[in-house]
Amino acid sequence: MLVFEKNALSEEIEELVSKFGTERSALMPILQSIQRKYKYISDFAQQEVAKLLNIHPVEVYSVISFYSFLHSKPQGRNIIRLCQTISCDMVGKREVADAIKRELGINFGETTKDRRITLEYTNCVGMCEQGPAMIVNERVYTKLDPEKAVKILSEIR
Amino acid sequence: METKIKKIERKGPVIFSEYSRGTGIKKAVELGRNDILFELKTSGLKGRGGAGFPTATKWMLTAASIGKKKYIVCNADEGEPGTFKDRVLLLEYPELVFDGMVVAGFTLGAKEGIVYLRGEYEYMFKSLEDYLEGMRKDNLLGKNILGKDDFNFDITIRLGSGAYVCGEETALIESLEGNRGEPRNRPPYPVNTGYMGYPTVVNNVETLAAVPHILMKGGEWFKQHGTNKSTGSKLFSVSGDCMRPGVYELPWGTTISELMIIVGAENTKAVQIGGASGVCIPKSQFDRTFAYEDIATGGSIIVFNESRDMLYVLKNFMEFFVEESCGQCTPCRIGNTKLLEGIEKIEQGDYTFGYINTLKELGRTMQVASKCGLGQSSPNPFISILENFKEEIFHTNGERGTNGKA
Repeated sequence: MLVFEKNALSEEIEELVSKFGTERSALMPILQSIQRKYKYISDFAQQEVAKLLNIHPVEVYSVISFYSFLHSKPQGRNIIRLCQTISCDMVGKREVADAIKRELGINFGETTKDRRITLEYTNCVGMCEQGPAMIVNERVYTKLDPEKAVKILSEIR
Repeated sequence: METKIKKIERKGPVIFSEYSRGTGIKKAVELGRNDILFELKTSGLKGRGGAGFPTATKWMLTAASIGKKKYIVCNADEGEPGTFKDRVLLLEYPELVFDGMVVAGFTLGAKEGIVYLRGEYEYMFKSLEDYLEGMRKDNLLGKNILGKDDFNFDITIRLGSGAYVCGEETALIESLEGNRGEPRNRPPYPVNTGYMGYPTVVNNVETLAAVPHILMKGGEWFKQHGTNKSTGSKLFSVSGDCMRPGVYELPWGTTISELMIIVGAENTKAVQIGGASGVCIPKSQFDRTFAYEDIATGGSIIVFNESRDMLYVLKNFMEFFVEESCGQCTPCRIGNTKLLEGIEKIEQGDYTFGYINTLKELGRTMQVASKCGLGQSSPNPFISILENFKEEIFHTNGERGTNGKA
Protein backbone atom coordinates (compact mmCIF):
# COMPACT_ATOMS: atom_id res chain seq x y z
CA MET A 1 0.00 0.00 0.00
CA LEU A 2 1.34 3.42 -0.94
CA VAL A 3 1.89 6.04 1.74
CA PHE A 4 -0.71 8.45 0.39
CA GLU A 5 -3.26 5.63 0.16
CA LYS A 6 -2.56 4.79 3.79
CA ASN A 7 -3.00 8.41 4.80
CA ALA A 8 -6.26 8.67 2.91
CA LEU A 9 -7.57 5.48 4.53
CA SER A 10 -6.51 6.69 7.98
CA GLU A 11 -8.37 9.91 7.46
CA GLU A 12 -11.45 8.05 6.32
CA ILE A 13 -11.36 5.81 9.37
CA GLU A 14 -10.97 8.84 11.62
CA GLU A 15 -14.07 10.30 10.02
CA LEU A 16 -16.00 7.07 10.57
CA VAL A 17 -14.92 6.99 14.19
CA SER A 18 -16.03 10.56 14.73
CA LYS A 19 -19.37 9.64 13.16
CA PHE A 20 -20.01 6.41 15.07
CA GLY A 21 -18.05 7.06 18.27
CA THR A 22 -15.22 5.30 20.06
CA GLU A 23 -17.40 2.87 21.99
CA ARG A 24 -16.94 -0.82 21.30
CA SER A 25 -20.51 -0.87 19.95
CA ALA A 26 -19.32 1.38 17.12
CA LEU A 27 -17.03 -1.36 15.83
CA MET A 28 -19.58 -3.12 13.63
CA PRO A 29 -20.89 0.00 11.85
CA ILE A 30 -17.30 1.16 11.25
CA LEU A 31 -16.23 -2.18 9.83
CA GLN A 32 -19.39 -2.39 7.72
CA SER A 33 -18.66 1.02 6.21
CA ILE A 34 -15.10 0.04 5.32
CA GLN A 35 -16.33 -3.27 3.91
CA ARG A 36 -18.98 -1.52 1.81
CA LYS A 37 -16.44 0.77 0.19
CA TYR A 38 -13.34 -1.40 -0.16
CA LYS A 39 -15.02 -4.86 -0.17
CA TYR A 40 -12.53 -5.98 2.49
CA ILE A 41 -10.88 -4.69 5.64
CA SER A 42 -7.11 -4.69 5.26
CA ASP A 43 -4.64 -5.39 8.05
CA PHE A 44 -3.75 -1.73 8.05
CA ALA A 45 -7.41 -0.69 8.36
CA GLN A 46 -7.90 -3.19 11.19
CA GLN A 47 -4.94 -1.71 13.08
CA GLU A 48 -6.17 1.84 12.56
CA VAL A 49 -9.65 0.97 13.83
CA ALA A 50 -8.17 -0.85 16.83
CA LYS A 51 -5.96 2.11 17.67
CA LEU A 52 -8.82 4.60 17.59
CA LEU A 53 -11.18 2.35 19.54
CA ASN A 54 -8.44 1.52 22.02
CA ILE A 55 -8.75 -2.24 21.62
CA HIS A 56 -6.29 -4.89 20.47
CA PRO A 57 -6.17 -5.44 16.69
CA VAL A 58 -6.89 -9.13 17.23
CA GLU A 59 -10.25 -8.13 18.70
CA VAL A 60 -11.06 -6.45 15.42
CA TYR A 61 -9.86 -9.47 13.47
CA SER A 62 -11.92 -11.83 15.64
CA VAL A 63 -15.06 -9.88 14.80
CA ILE A 64 -14.28 -9.81 11.08
CA SER A 65 -13.61 -13.53 11.00
CA PHE A 66 -16.94 -14.27 12.68
CA TYR A 67 -19.27 -12.55 10.21
CA SER A 68 -19.61 -13.95 6.74
CA PHE A 69 -20.21 -10.52 5.16
CA LEU A 70 -16.94 -9.07 6.51
CA HIS A 71 -13.71 -9.98 4.76
CA SER A 72 -10.08 -9.60 5.74
CA LYS A 73 -8.71 -10.60 2.32
CA PRO A 74 -9.13 -8.61 -0.91
CA GLN A 75 -12.33 -9.40 -2.84
CA GLY A 76 -13.61 -8.45 -6.25
CA ARG A 77 -15.13 -5.04 -6.86
CA ASN A 78 -18.56 -6.64 -6.74
CA ILE A 79 -19.64 -9.46 -4.48
CA ILE A 80 -22.34 -11.79 -5.75
CA ARG A 81 -24.10 -13.98 -3.21
CA LEU A 82 -26.40 -16.67 -4.54
CA CYS A 83 -28.90 -18.12 -2.08
CA GLN A 84 -28.24 -21.83 -1.57
CA THR A 85 -31.11 -22.64 0.77
CA ILE A 86 -33.68 -25.27 -0.10
CA SER A 87 -36.52 -23.02 -1.32
CA CYS A 88 -34.27 -21.41 -3.91
CA ASP A 89 -32.65 -24.76 -4.64
CA MET A 90 -36.01 -26.33 -5.55
CA VAL A 91 -36.84 -23.67 -8.13
CA GLY A 92 -33.65 -23.77 -10.13
CA LYS A 93 -30.69 -22.56 -8.09
CA ARG A 94 -28.43 -25.27 -9.51
CA GLU A 95 -29.03 -24.23 -13.12
CA VAL A 96 -28.41 -20.59 -12.26
CA ALA A 97 -25.25 -21.52 -10.33
CA ASP A 98 -23.92 -23.54 -13.28
CA ALA A 99 -24.64 -20.73 -15.72
CA ILE A 100 -22.87 -18.16 -13.54
CA LYS A 101 -19.87 -20.43 -13.04
CA ARG A 102 -19.58 -21.08 -16.77
CA GLU A 103 -19.96 -17.43 -17.65
CA LEU A 104 -17.37 -16.18 -15.19
CA GLY A 105 -15.07 -19.16 -15.44
CA ILE A 106 -14.71 -19.40 -11.68
CA ASN A 107 -16.08 -21.50 -8.87
CA PHE A 108 -17.98 -20.33 -5.84
CA GLY A 109 -15.60 -18.79 -3.32
CA GLU A 110 -13.37 -17.41 -6.07
CA THR A 111 -12.75 -14.03 -7.70
CA THR A 112 -12.41 -13.34 -11.40
CA LYS A 113 -8.89 -12.51 -12.62
CA ASP A 114 -9.85 -8.92 -13.47
CA ARG A 115 -11.16 -8.59 -9.88
CA ARG A 116 -14.56 -7.61 -11.22
CA ILE A 117 -16.62 -10.18 -9.39
CA THR A 118 -16.33 -12.39 -6.31
CA LEU A 119 -18.78 -15.27 -6.34
CA GLU A 120 -20.16 -16.71 -3.11
CA TYR A 121 -22.97 -18.81 -1.80
CA THR A 122 -25.03 -17.44 1.04
CA ASN A 123 -27.78 -18.83 3.22
CA CYS A 124 -31.44 -17.85 3.01
CA VAL A 125 -31.83 -14.22 1.94
CA GLY A 126 -35.55 -14.07 2.73
CA MET A 127 -36.78 -14.15 -0.86
CA CYS A 128 -38.01 -17.72 -0.69
CA GLU A 129 -41.29 -17.11 -2.53
CA GLN A 130 -39.47 -15.40 -5.40
CA GLY A 131 -36.49 -17.73 -5.80
CA PRO A 132 -33.88 -18.29 -7.02
CA ALA A 133 -32.47 -15.11 -5.52
CA MET A 134 -29.08 -13.48 -5.36
CA ILE A 135 -27.62 -10.37 -3.79
CA VAL A 136 -25.25 -8.25 -5.85
CA ASN A 137 -23.49 -5.96 -3.39
CA GLU A 138 -26.62 -4.72 -1.57
CA ARG A 139 -29.20 -5.19 -4.31
CA VAL A 140 -31.44 -8.21 -4.47
CA TYR A 141 -32.41 -9.93 -7.70
CA THR A 142 -35.21 -12.47 -7.68
CA LYS A 143 -36.90 -15.04 -9.93
CA LEU A 144 -33.63 -15.73 -11.68
CA ASP A 145 -33.11 -18.08 -14.53
CA PRO A 146 -29.75 -18.77 -16.20
CA GLU A 147 -30.39 -16.19 -18.93
CA LYS A 148 -31.47 -13.44 -16.55
CA ALA A 149 -28.58 -14.12 -14.16
CA VAL A 150 -26.00 -13.93 -16.93
CA LYS A 151 -27.53 -10.68 -18.18
CA ILE A 152 -27.24 -9.16 -14.70
CA LEU A 153 -23.61 -10.27 -14.53
CA SER A 154 -22.80 -8.62 -17.81
CA GLU A 155 -24.14 -5.30 -16.55
CA ILE A 156 -21.86 -5.24 -13.52
CA ARG A 157 -18.72 -3.19 -13.92
CA MET B 1 -35.91 -4.89 -7.21
CA GLU B 2 -38.30 -2.27 -5.92
CA THR B 3 -37.28 -1.26 -2.42
CA LYS B 4 -39.65 1.64 -1.88
CA ILE B 5 -42.31 1.10 0.72
CA LYS B 6 -45.41 -0.01 -1.10
CA LYS B 7 -48.84 -1.13 -0.08
CA ILE B 8 -50.26 -4.39 -1.34
CA GLU B 9 -53.78 -5.41 -0.38
CA ARG B 10 -53.38 -8.19 2.11
CA LYS B 11 -56.11 -9.75 4.18
CA GLY B 12 -55.88 -11.08 7.67
CA PRO B 13 -57.75 -11.02 10.96
CA VAL B 14 -55.16 -9.23 13.13
CA ILE B 15 -51.86 -8.02 11.70
CA PHE B 16 -53.26 -7.20 8.28
CA SER B 17 -56.38 -5.53 9.66
CA GLU B 18 -57.01 -1.80 9.52
CA TYR B 19 -54.49 0.46 11.28
CA SER B 20 -53.28 3.98 10.76
CA ARG B 21 -49.90 5.30 11.78
CA GLY B 22 -49.52 6.80 15.24
CA THR B 23 -52.98 5.86 16.56
CA GLY B 24 -51.47 3.10 18.72
CA ILE B 25 -49.07 5.54 20.32
CA LYS B 26 -51.89 8.01 21.02
CA LYS B 27 -53.94 5.25 22.58
CA ALA B 28 -50.96 4.14 24.68
CA VAL B 29 -50.61 7.63 26.14
CA GLU B 30 -54.34 7.65 26.98
CA LEU B 31 -54.25 4.21 28.57
CA GLY B 32 -51.13 4.57 30.70
CA ARG B 33 -48.53 1.95 31.53
CA ASN B 34 -50.59 -0.33 33.74
CA ASP B 35 -53.50 -0.60 31.35
CA ILE B 36 -51.18 -1.35 28.43
CA LEU B 37 -49.62 -4.22 30.35
CA PHE B 38 -53.08 -5.36 31.38
CA GLU B 39 -54.36 -5.42 27.77
CA LEU B 40 -51.23 -7.25 26.69
CA LYS B 41 -51.63 -9.78 29.47
CA THR B 42 -55.30 -10.29 28.54
CA SER B 43 -54.40 -10.80 24.89
CA GLY B 44 -52.08 -13.69 25.71
CA LEU B 45 -49.66 -12.59 22.98
CA LYS B 46 -46.62 -14.83 22.78
CA GLY B 47 -43.29 -14.27 21.04
CA ARG B 48 -43.69 -14.75 17.30
CA GLY B 49 -40.09 -15.63 16.58
CA GLY B 50 -40.80 -19.24 17.39
CA ALA B 51 -39.92 -19.68 21.06
CA GLY B 52 -43.31 -18.38 22.22
CA PHE B 53 -42.42 -16.63 25.46
CA PRO B 54 -45.39 -14.57 26.74
CA THR B 55 -44.76 -10.99 25.70
CA ALA B 56 -46.59 -9.44 28.66
CA THR B 57 -44.37 -11.38 31.07
CA LYS B 58 -41.24 -10.26 29.26
CA TRP B 59 -42.36 -6.64 29.39
CA MET B 60 -43.36 -6.86 33.06
CA LEU B 61 -40.02 -8.40 34.00
CA THR B 62 -38.24 -5.58 32.19
CA ALA B 63 -40.52 -2.98 33.78
CA ALA B 64 -39.74 -4.44 37.19
CA SER B 65 -35.98 -4.65 36.79
CA ILE B 66 -33.93 -1.71 37.93
CA GLY B 67 -31.57 0.07 35.57
CA LYS B 68 -30.53 3.59 34.73
CA LYS B 69 -31.54 3.00 31.12
CA LYS B 70 -33.66 0.46 29.31
CA TYR B 71 -33.58 -0.65 25.72
CA ILE B 72 -36.15 -1.92 23.25
CA VAL B 73 -34.61 -4.14 20.60
CA CYS B 74 -36.50 -5.25 17.54
CA ASN B 75 -35.13 -8.55 16.28
CA ALA B 76 -35.20 -8.21 12.50
CA ASP B 77 -32.47 -10.79 11.97
CA GLU B 78 -34.83 -13.05 10.10
CA GLY B 79 -32.44 -15.81 9.09
CA GLU B 80 -34.47 -18.98 9.38
CA PRO B 81 -34.59 -20.68 5.98
CA GLY B 82 -37.99 -20.16 4.42
CA THR B 83 -38.97 -17.11 6.50
CA PHE B 84 -39.71 -13.76 4.91
CA LYS B 85 -42.68 -12.36 6.84
CA ASP B 86 -40.52 -9.75 8.60
CA ARG B 87 -39.38 -8.47 5.24
CA VAL B 88 -43.02 -7.97 4.26
CA LEU B 89 -43.86 -6.32 7.57
CA LEU B 90 -40.90 -3.93 7.42
CA LEU B 91 -41.47 -2.98 3.80
CA GLU B 92 -45.25 -2.79 3.76
CA TYR B 93 -46.28 -2.24 7.39
CA PRO B 94 -43.43 -0.30 9.03
CA GLU B 95 -46.01 1.74 10.99
CA LEU B 96 -47.00 -1.35 12.97
CA VAL B 97 -43.45 -2.34 13.86
CA PHE B 98 -42.22 1.12 14.79
CA ASP B 99 -45.42 2.10 16.65
CA GLY B 100 -45.04 -1.16 18.57
CA MET B 101 -41.52 -0.18 19.54
CA VAL B 102 -42.61 3.30 20.65
CA VAL B 103 -45.40 1.78 22.74
CA ALA B 104 -42.87 -0.60 24.32
CA GLY B 105 -40.59 2.34 25.04
CA PHE B 106 -43.44 4.27 26.65
CA THR B 107 -44.58 1.31 28.73
CA LEU B 108 -41.14 0.37 30.02
CA GLY B 109 -39.65 3.84 30.32
CA ALA B 110 -37.00 3.18 27.67
CA LYS B 111 -35.56 6.07 25.72
CA GLU B 112 -33.82 4.13 22.98
CA GLY B 113 -34.94 1.51 20.53
CA ILE B 114 -32.70 -0.44 18.20
CA VAL B 115 -33.73 -2.40 15.13
CA TYR B 116 -31.22 -5.15 14.41
CA LEU B 117 -31.68 -5.57 10.68
CA ARG B 118 -29.99 -8.52 9.04
CA GLY B 119 -27.20 -7.71 6.60
CA GLU B 120 -29.11 -9.35 3.76
CA TYR B 121 -31.82 -6.70 4.13
CA GLU B 122 -29.43 -3.77 3.74
CA TYR B 123 -31.41 -2.67 0.69
CA MET B 124 -34.30 -1.57 2.90
CA PHE B 125 -32.09 0.39 5.29
CA LYS B 126 -32.55 3.70 3.47
CA SER B 127 -36.31 3.50 3.15
CA LEU B 128 -36.68 2.56 6.81
CA GLU B 129 -34.46 5.47 7.84
CA ASP B 130 -36.62 7.77 5.73
CA TYR B 131 -39.72 6.39 7.39
CA LEU B 132 -38.28 7.07 10.84
CA GLU B 133 -37.41 10.60 9.74
CA GLY B 134 -41.05 11.09 8.75
CA MET B 135 -42.14 9.90 12.19
CA ARG B 136 -39.76 12.39 13.83
CA LYS B 137 -41.30 15.19 11.78
CA ASP B 138 -44.78 14.20 12.92
CA ASN B 139 -43.64 14.05 16.55
CA LEU B 140 -44.15 10.30 16.80
CA LEU B 141 -40.46 9.90 17.64
CA GLY B 142 -37.98 12.11 19.42
CA LYS B 143 -38.58 14.44 22.34
CA ASN B 144 -41.96 14.91 24.09
CA ILE B 145 -43.77 12.62 21.72
CA LEU B 146 -47.34 13.79 20.96
CA GLY B 147 -46.73 16.70 23.29
CA LYS B 148 -46.45 14.52 26.35
CA ASP B 149 -43.74 15.69 28.75
CA ASP B 150 -40.89 13.27 29.35
CA PHE B 151 -42.03 10.89 26.65
CA ASN B 152 -38.75 10.67 24.75
CA PHE B 153 -37.95 7.77 22.48
CA ASP B 154 -35.91 7.31 19.37
CA ILE B 155 -35.09 4.40 17.12
CA THR B 156 -31.82 3.58 15.39
CA ILE B 157 -31.29 0.86 12.84
CA ARG B 158 -28.22 -1.34 13.09
CA LEU B 159 -27.14 -3.85 10.50
CA GLY B 160 -26.02 -7.41 10.97
CA SER B 161 -23.41 -9.01 8.79
CA GLY B 162 -24.71 -12.36 7.72
CA ALA B 163 -24.70 -14.49 10.85
CA TYR B 164 -27.77 -16.67 11.42
CA VAL B 165 -26.94 -17.21 15.10
CA CYS B 166 -27.41 -13.47 15.75
CA GLY B 167 -31.16 -14.09 15.69
CA GLU B 168 -30.67 -15.64 19.13
CA GLU B 169 -31.34 -12.76 21.51
CA THR B 170 -28.14 -12.87 23.54
CA ALA B 171 -26.00 -13.33 20.42
CA LEU B 172 -27.84 -10.38 18.90
CA ILE B 173 -26.95 -8.25 21.92
CA GLU B 174 -23.31 -9.35 21.70
CA SER B 175 -23.33 -8.33 18.05
CA LEU B 176 -24.85 -4.93 18.88
CA GLU B 177 -22.11 -4.40 21.45
CA GLY B 178 -19.51 -4.94 18.75
CA ASN B 179 -18.49 -8.49 19.56
CA ARG B 180 -18.60 -11.85 17.84
CA GLY B 181 -22.22 -12.99 17.81
CA GLU B 182 -21.76 -15.76 20.32
CA PRO B 183 -24.71 -16.52 22.61
CA ARG B 184 -24.33 -15.84 26.31
CA ASN B 185 -25.14 -18.12 29.18
CA ARG B 186 -28.61 -17.54 30.52
CA PRO B 187 -29.42 -16.48 33.22
CA PRO B 188 -28.98 -13.58 33.49
CA TYR B 189 -31.67 -12.91 30.92
CA PRO B 190 -31.70 -9.76 28.78
CA VAL B 191 -34.74 -8.50 30.72
CA ASN B 192 -32.29 -7.89 33.58
CA THR B 193 -28.88 -7.71 31.94
CA GLY B 194 -29.12 -6.98 28.25
CA TYR B 195 -27.57 -4.45 25.89
CA MET B 196 -24.63 -2.78 27.69
CA GLY B 197 -25.79 -4.50 30.85
CA TYR B 198 -29.08 -2.62 30.96
CA PRO B 199 -32.54 -4.22 31.06
CA THR B 200 -33.52 -4.96 27.47
CA VAL B 201 -36.59 -6.25 25.73
CA VAL B 202 -35.83 -8.21 22.58
CA ASN B 203 -38.99 -8.78 20.53
CA ASN B 204 -39.57 -10.24 17.09
CA VAL B 205 -40.80 -7.91 14.34
CA GLU B 206 -44.16 -9.67 14.21
CA THR B 207 -44.64 -9.55 17.99
CA LEU B 208 -44.13 -5.77 17.98
CA ALA B 209 -46.45 -5.42 14.99
CA ALA B 210 -49.26 -7.06 16.95
CA VAL B 211 -48.97 -4.62 19.86
CA PRO B 212 -50.63 -1.54 18.26
CA HIS B 213 -53.59 -3.69 17.15
CA ILE B 214 -54.02 -5.03 20.69
CA LEU B 215 -54.08 -1.50 22.10
CA MET B 216 -56.55 -0.23 19.51
CA LYS B 217 -58.97 -3.14 19.65
CA GLY B 218 -58.33 -4.62 23.05
CA GLY B 219 -56.85 -7.80 24.45
CA GLU B 220 -60.26 -9.48 24.48
CA TRP B 221 -60.66 -8.92 20.73
CA PHE B 222 -57.22 -10.41 20.10
CA LYS B 223 -58.11 -13.44 22.21
CA GLN B 224 -61.15 -14.19 20.05
CA HIS B 225 -58.79 -15.34 17.32
CA GLY B 226 -56.86 -18.54 17.55
CA THR B 227 -57.13 -21.25 20.18
CA ASN B 228 -57.27 -21.13 23.97
CA LYS B 229 -53.55 -21.52 24.45
CA SER B 230 -52.44 -19.80 21.25
CA THR B 231 -54.26 -16.53 20.90
CA GLY B 232 -54.35 -14.31 17.85
CA SER B 233 -53.04 -15.07 14.43
CA LYS B 234 -49.74 -15.95 12.83
CA LEU B 235 -47.99 -14.91 9.66
CA PHE B 236 -46.88 -17.87 7.61
CA SER B 237 -44.13 -17.59 5.03
CA VAL B 238 -44.96 -20.24 2.48
CA SER B 239 -42.50 -21.37 -0.17
CA GLY B 240 -41.67 -24.51 -2.09
CA ASP B 241 -43.95 -26.68 -4.21
CA CYS B 242 -47.20 -24.74 -4.28
CA MET B 243 -49.03 -22.48 -6.71
CA ARG B 244 -49.33 -19.41 -4.51
CA PRO B 245 -46.26 -18.97 -2.30
CA GLY B 246 -46.22 -15.87 -0.12
CA VAL B 247 -47.11 -14.49 3.28
CA TYR B 248 -50.46 -15.53 4.77
CA GLU B 249 -52.07 -14.45 7.98
CA LEU B 250 -54.11 -17.20 9.55
CA PRO B 251 -55.47 -17.74 13.05
CA TRP B 252 -53.63 -20.21 15.25
CA GLY B 253 -55.29 -23.59 15.16
CA THR B 254 -55.33 -23.81 11.37
CA THR B 255 -54.51 -27.33 10.20
CA ILE B 256 -51.73 -28.11 7.78
CA SER B 257 -54.17 -29.43 5.18
CA GLU B 258 -56.22 -26.21 5.33
CA LEU B 259 -53.09 -24.21 4.64
CA MET B 260 -52.12 -26.53 1.79
CA ILE B 261 -55.48 -25.82 0.11
CA ILE B 262 -55.07 -22.05 0.55
CA VAL B 263 -51.63 -22.00 -1.03
CA GLY B 264 -52.58 -24.42 -3.79
CA ALA B 265 -50.23 -27.28 -2.96
CA GLU B 266 -50.85 -30.50 -4.82
CA ASN B 267 -49.19 -33.90 -4.66
CA THR B 268 -47.65 -32.86 -1.40
CA LYS B 269 -45.40 -35.35 0.32
CA ALA B 270 -44.29 -33.33 3.32
CA VAL B 271 -43.98 -29.88 4.83
CA GLN B 272 -41.04 -28.53 6.74
CA ILE B 273 -42.49 -26.38 9.51
CA GLY B 274 -40.30 -23.86 11.31
CA GLY B 275 -37.52 -23.75 8.76
CA ALA B 276 -34.29 -25.69 9.03
CA SER B 277 -34.58 -25.87 12.80
CA GLY B 278 -38.19 -27.06 12.62
CA VAL B 279 -39.73 -30.45 12.01
CA CYS B 280 -40.70 -32.27 8.85
CA ILE B 281 -44.31 -33.45 8.88
CA PRO B 282 -45.39 -36.19 6.44
CA LYS B 283 -48.74 -36.20 4.68
CA SER B 284 -50.23 -38.69 7.13
CA GLN B 285 -50.10 -36.04 9.87
CA PHE B 286 -51.58 -33.14 7.92
CA ASP B 287 -54.54 -32.89 10.29
CA ARG B 288 -52.23 -31.49 12.95
CA THR B 289 -52.59 -27.81 13.79
CA PHE B 290 -50.32 -24.80 13.95
CA ALA B 291 -50.42 -23.82 17.61
CA TYR B 292 -48.03 -23.53 20.52
CA GLU B 293 -49.64 -26.66 21.99
CA ASP B 294 -49.23 -28.73 18.81
CA ILE B 295 -46.70 -27.50 16.26
CA ALA B 296 -45.16 -24.24 17.46
CA THR B 297 -43.48 -22.32 14.68
CA GLY B 298 -41.97 -19.03 13.68
CA GLY B 299 -44.00 -19.35 10.50
CA SER B 300 -41.64 -20.86 7.93
CA ILE B 301 -43.49 -23.37 5.76
CA ILE B 302 -41.62 -25.19 3.00
CA VAL B 303 -43.75 -27.51 0.89
CA PHE B 304 -42.29 -30.63 -0.76
CA ASN B 305 -44.11 -32.57 -3.44
CA GLU B 306 -43.82 -36.26 -4.29
CA SER B 307 -40.83 -35.72 -6.57
CA ARG B 308 -38.52 -34.39 -3.85
CA ASP B 309 -35.69 -36.39 -2.40
CA MET B 310 -35.96 -35.96 1.36
CA LEU B 311 -32.35 -36.94 2.00
CA TYR B 312 -31.24 -34.14 -0.32
CA VAL B 313 -33.46 -31.73 1.63
CA LEU B 314 -31.99 -32.94 4.91
CA LYS B 315 -28.46 -32.54 3.60
CA ASN B 316 -29.20 -28.94 2.58
CA PHE B 317 -30.40 -28.21 6.13
CA MET B 318 -27.41 -29.85 7.80
CA GLU B 319 -24.95 -28.02 5.57
CA PHE B 320 -26.69 -24.85 6.69
CA PHE B 321 -26.18 -25.67 10.36
CA VAL B 322 -22.54 -26.70 9.94
CA GLU B 323 -21.93 -23.33 8.31
CA GLU B 324 -23.94 -21.28 10.77
CA SER B 325 -22.93 -22.88 14.07
CA CYS B 326 -20.96 -20.21 15.92
CA GLY B 327 -18.50 -22.84 17.09
CA GLN B 328 -18.59 -21.82 20.70
CA CYS B 329 -19.97 -24.98 22.30
CA THR B 330 -18.86 -28.50 21.47
CA PRO B 331 -22.22 -30.29 21.06
CA CYS B 332 -23.26 -27.92 18.29
CA ARG B 333 -19.89 -27.43 16.60
CA ILE B 334 -18.92 -31.10 16.42
CA GLY B 335 -22.41 -32.57 16.54
CA ASN B 336 -23.67 -30.88 13.38
CA THR B 337 -20.54 -31.96 11.49
CA LYS B 338 -21.07 -35.55 12.60
CA LEU B 339 -24.73 -35.50 11.55
CA LEU B 340 -23.75 -34.16 8.13
CA GLU B 341 -21.12 -36.89 7.83
CA GLY B 342 -23.81 -39.41 8.62
CA ILE B 343 -26.03 -38.06 5.82
CA GLU B 344 -23.14 -38.34 3.36
CA LYS B 345 -22.61 -41.95 4.45
CA ILE B 346 -26.30 -42.70 3.90
CA GLU B 347 -26.04 -41.13 0.44
CA GLN B 348 -23.20 -43.49 -0.40
CA GLY B 349 -25.03 -46.42 1.12
CA ASP B 350 -22.18 -46.88 3.54
CA TYR B 351 -23.92 -47.20 6.89
CA THR B 352 -25.24 -49.57 9.49
CA PHE B 353 -28.43 -49.07 11.46
CA GLY B 354 -26.37 -49.13 14.64
CA TYR B 355 -24.52 -46.11 13.31
CA ILE B 356 -27.75 -44.30 12.41
CA ASN B 357 -29.12 -44.94 15.88
CA THR B 358 -25.93 -43.60 17.45
CA LEU B 359 -26.32 -40.45 15.36
CA LYS B 360 -29.94 -40.04 16.51
CA GLU B 361 -28.73 -40.46 20.07
CA LEU B 362 -26.12 -37.77 19.38
CA GLY B 363 -28.90 -35.54 18.06
CA ARG B 364 -30.89 -35.97 21.26
CA THR B 365 -27.76 -35.18 23.29
CA MET B 366 -27.29 -31.99 21.27
CA GLN B 367 -30.88 -31.01 22.02
CA VAL B 368 -30.15 -30.92 25.74
CA ALA B 369 -26.44 -30.10 25.84
CA SER B 370 -26.12 -27.20 23.38
CA LYS B 371 -25.81 -23.72 24.73
CA CYS B 372 -28.42 -21.95 22.61
CA GLY B 373 -31.39 -22.61 20.41
CA LEU B 374 -29.30 -23.27 17.32
CA GLY B 375 -27.69 -26.48 18.56
CA GLN B 376 -30.79 -27.42 20.53
CA SER B 377 -32.94 -27.41 17.42
CA SER B 378 -30.53 -28.32 14.61
CA PRO B 379 -31.02 -32.08 15.16
CA ASN B 380 -34.81 -31.64 14.64
CA PRO B 381 -34.82 -32.15 10.86
CA PHE B 382 -32.31 -34.99 11.12
CA ILE B 383 -34.42 -36.88 13.61
CA SER B 384 -37.81 -36.08 12.06
CA ILE B 385 -36.83 -36.75 8.44
CA LEU B 386 -35.04 -40.03 9.18
CA GLU B 387 -37.95 -41.06 11.38
CA ASN B 388 -40.78 -40.08 9.01
CA PHE B 389 -39.18 -41.05 5.70
CA LYS B 390 -37.23 -44.16 6.60
CA GLU B 391 -39.03 -46.13 3.92
CA GLU B 392 -37.89 -43.73 1.25
CA ILE B 393 -34.37 -43.22 2.58
CA PHE B 394 -33.38 -46.72 3.67
CA HIS B 395 -35.61 -49.15 1.81
CA THR B 396 -35.73 -47.85 -1.74
CA ASN B 397 -34.61 -50.13 -4.51
CA GLY B 398 -32.34 -47.49 -5.97
CA GLU B 399 -28.60 -47.40 -5.51
CA ARG B 400 -28.99 -46.00 -2.06
CA GLY B 401 -29.47 -48.45 0.76
CA THR B 402 -28.66 -51.54 -1.26
CA ASN B 403 -25.02 -51.34 -0.23
CA GLY B 404 -26.03 -50.95 3.37
CA LYS B 405 -24.59 -53.56 5.62
CA ALA B 406 -27.78 -53.79 7.61
